[in-house]
Amino acid sequence: MTSHHIVSSILFALCCLICAEVSWADEAVPQDALELIASGDSQKVAEGAKLLSQSGAEAALPVLTALGADKLLRDESGQLFISGESGEVLSASSLAPEKPAGKTQVVSLNNVSRRAVQESLSFLRLRARDVSVRRAAARQLSEYPDGGSVALVRSLVVKETDEETKEWMSLLLAKVDLSSDDKAKRLAAAHAIADFKDISLESELAARAAGGEKDPEVRAALKVALQSVRGRIFWINVVANTVYGLSLGSVLVLAALGLAITFGLMRVINMAHGEMLMLGAYSTFFVREFLLQNAPGAAEWYLLAAVPFAFATTFAMGVLLERLVIRHLYGRPLETLLATWGLSLILIQVVRVTFGAQNVTVANPEWLSGGWEAMPALVIPYSRIAVLVFTALVVGFVWFILRGTSVGLKVRAVTQNRQIASSMGIPAQRIDMWTFGLGSGLAGLGGVALSQLGNVGPELGQQHIIDSFMVVVLGGVGNILGTISAGVGLGIANKVLEPSVGAVLAKILLLALLIAFIQWRPQGLFALKGRAAEN
Amino acid sequence: MMMKSVLFQIHSTRGWITLAALGVVFGVVLPLLNQFLPEGSSLHFSDQYVLLLGKFACFAMVALAVDLVWGFAGILSLGHSLFFALGGYAMGMYLARSIGKGGVYMSELPDFMVFLDWKELPWFWYGFDNLWFALLMCMLVPGILGGAFGYLAFRSRIKGVYFSIITQALTYALMLLFFRNETGFGGNNGLTDFKTIYGYPLRDSATKVFLYVVTVASLILAYLSCRYLTTSKFGAVLMAVRDDEPKTRFSGYDTLNYKWFAWTFSAVLCGIAGALYVPQVGIINPSEMEPANSIEAVIWVAIGGRGTLFGPILGAIAVNGAKSIFTAVAPDIWLFFLGGLFVVVTLALPKGLVGLGALLLGRTKKLSPAPLAVGEVSEASGLQAVEPTDSAPKASEG
Repeated sequence: MTSHHIVSSILFALCCLICAEVSWADEAVPQDALELIASGDSQKVAEGAKLLSQSGAEAALPVLTALGADKLLRDESGQLFISGESGEVLSASSLAPEKPAGKTQVVSLNNVSRRAVQESLSFLRLRARDVSVRRAAARQLSEYPDGGSVALVRSLVVKETDEETKEWMSLLLAKVDLSSDDKAKRLAAAHAIADFKDISLESELAARAAGGEKDPEVRAALKVALQSVRGRIFWINVVANTVYGLSLGSVLVLAALGLAITFGLMRVINMAHGEMLMLGAYSTFFVREFLLQNAPGAAEWYLLAAVPFAFATTFAMGVLLERLVIRHLYGRPLETLLATWGLSLILIQVVRVTFGAQNVTVANPEWLSGGWEAMPALVIPYSRIAVLVFTALVVGFVWFILRGTSVGLKVRAVTQNRQIASSMGIPAQRIDMWTFGLGSGLAGLGGVALSQLGNVGPELGQQHIIDSFMVVVLGGVGNILGTISAGVGLGIANKVLEPSVGAVLAKILLLALLIAFIQWRPQGLFALKGRAAEN
Repeated sequence: MMMKSVLFQIHSTRGWITLAALGVVFGVVLPLLNQFLPEGSSLHFSDQYVLLLGKFACFAMVALAVDLVWGFAGILSLGHSLFFALGGYAMGMYLARSIGKGGVYMSELPDFMVFLDWKELPWFWYGFDNLWFALLMCMLVPGILGGAFGYLAFRSRIKGVYFSIITQALTYALMLLFFRNETGFGGNNGLTDFKTIYGYPLRDSATKVFLYVVTVASLILAYLSCRYLTTSKFGAVLMAVRDDEPKTRFSGYDTLNYKWFAWTFSAVLCGIAGALYVPQVGIINPSEMEPANSIEAVIWVAIGGRGTLFGPILGAIAVNGAKSIFTAVAPDIWLFFLGGLFVVVTLALPKGLVGLGALLLGRTKKLSPAPLAVGEVSEASGLQAVEPTDSAPKASEG
């Protein structure tokens, strides 16, 4: 380490402070800063962190991040190393893997040095070349503004070119300025907040506008700001209710679609329909476990295998039940109801004996965890979006089967008039079998979706069967379009009611409304017209 | 004489003798064996069995109620557990009030209200410190709810599976409501820890036997009133409604009133059964309302013999007896067995045990008419599975 080097780096740091512009020419790591940090003395560590942050060296960010996270190690010769996530050790000066000399120990921080390290980190991040780093840093700081960063942000905000980063910075300043003694600053903060898309300040604004603020002019400005924040919250709620309602509705549609086919088209009351959902969910669980044990590399994509597997399993189960039991009961809906209830008890018990009575976990794959930030303060989980898309695909699939294939044509023919369809040479009994299989298979697909949203247990089907029946009845029996509208409508109605009355009461109210609705219009929303309606 | 003709309308002499014999055995002899023989005696009838038989008798009343509407009017209810539980809650509220200050919190109010930090009794609890008021309520509440619901549903001509599904939805909605603490019936835990009824300790053997005798007497009364209804002209019209409602309507009968009366009466009967059940088992909670319970009651009727009144009583006792044995010996198998029962009875035994017994005794002709459903082969062979017919899916209800 030469004296020339020291002088140049100090000069460089000064230059940085003056022009507030870091040149990111890959500077070498200033060894003196590292030495200061390695000393372990809190004052010196703080000094070293500051020096390092202003050096413009590429290694500064990883070293400081490691220091802040207690991951920076010092070996016996005083060299610094970064201990990585997976156990590898990198030299702090070269960022290359290197073996420490002798034992290592963590460079520890106390309150003073930790604050200095945090400030240096914010400084580095707020000036990073990468816009996303700057945004994240500004956002993080705005949530918990601290005295040290305020001055820094104030100096940087005017130079910031990225709008979003600038907005977060202004938010941070406004938050601090709301409590300022300077009336002008408070006024400016109130005006600024009115323009932000952040909603976290609602309660604080409300408190200040209601009397916390003494100056009438500022209070008026605060009220305007509060109104604009509340307006934003209202819209966020509207969007959230719509999206979550659509999501709940899509679950209802998925659960009820198969029922719409077996109940609506075939007039078979399948109380074991819920168990088909449950079997679909357990098929997903089974596929995942199987892949985890036999092909861990492919486990991430287990859903792709689970969809056809669940469909095939429940389709086969549906065909089996139709052949064994249900075909003997056509035209006796009440008896079908009892027999299928019995079947559902048996299926539940089979699953309980095979997989245990406890819920099993079907973890979302990596690519479905996390969420999409649709608006500030509104994150929609990817799994919800995926279910929405999946429902659309399944509905398209049903549409195609019924409208675009010869089997679908025959199904519709048998549904409309059994005798004439038979006399045209359509094998009505075989069509019954395929239709019932299709209805069950669709429930299996619904089960795959349900496994991504909640618990999977033997009673899964029981929780959905009543809802599914209500959706089908509301939509109008025999009408798949009606089922879809009813499902989506119920989903949205549920989410709109929920915030004001709570989840349970919302459900009770909807059931009560449904019962009343059926009294008024027994054929459902979309009644069949003409001769078919008499049945 | 009027009285005499009514008696013989209900049963023949032989029928009355059989009934009296059964009544004496279950209502007099068994309780005496329980009270007056020492516990070690081989003929002693233990308290445990008194409780079991008492429960069965309550279930048998539910089965009668379900059969009255399903077997005779063709209305399949999946909501009878609701009426049962409402009757149970009315009695439970009286029992909870009569705990007085004997609860955990030594308060005038029932424990759960103290726990929820309520200061006074909600209005709908007024009056429940009186047994007679509670008994009235255990009939009125199911009667009014069932009556209103039935009137609306029948007026809209909701029939068959639609009716079944909305009764299930109603039950489910009320179950969710009762699960909430704020509703004011003890939430999840329901009402329990009862101490006395009308001043008599519930733990005393004599009280238990008295409750049992009252239950058996109520069951016999319920049976007789159902029998009276179904053997009268009212019953004939009801069965006509079951077999072809439009034709009955066109013959000039207001079918709505017939169905409505049978339905409301059935709800009240269930309420009484619930009220008798609660002091014997000592607890009432919302899980009594589960839709699954309603469906189980339907299978009692189906297995005993739908459309006969004696069959459902037999079915309730047989199924619940099997349940007690299975859950003690092989709990894992019970649901397989129950599920299998549903399937086998609907496929192979449309007339239930009574039909099977009659078939074995070769007396099929004299059976009271069992309901005929579309597509069902109505000939004597109760055992023969129904042939699949291609004319099948018509939506008319059986």
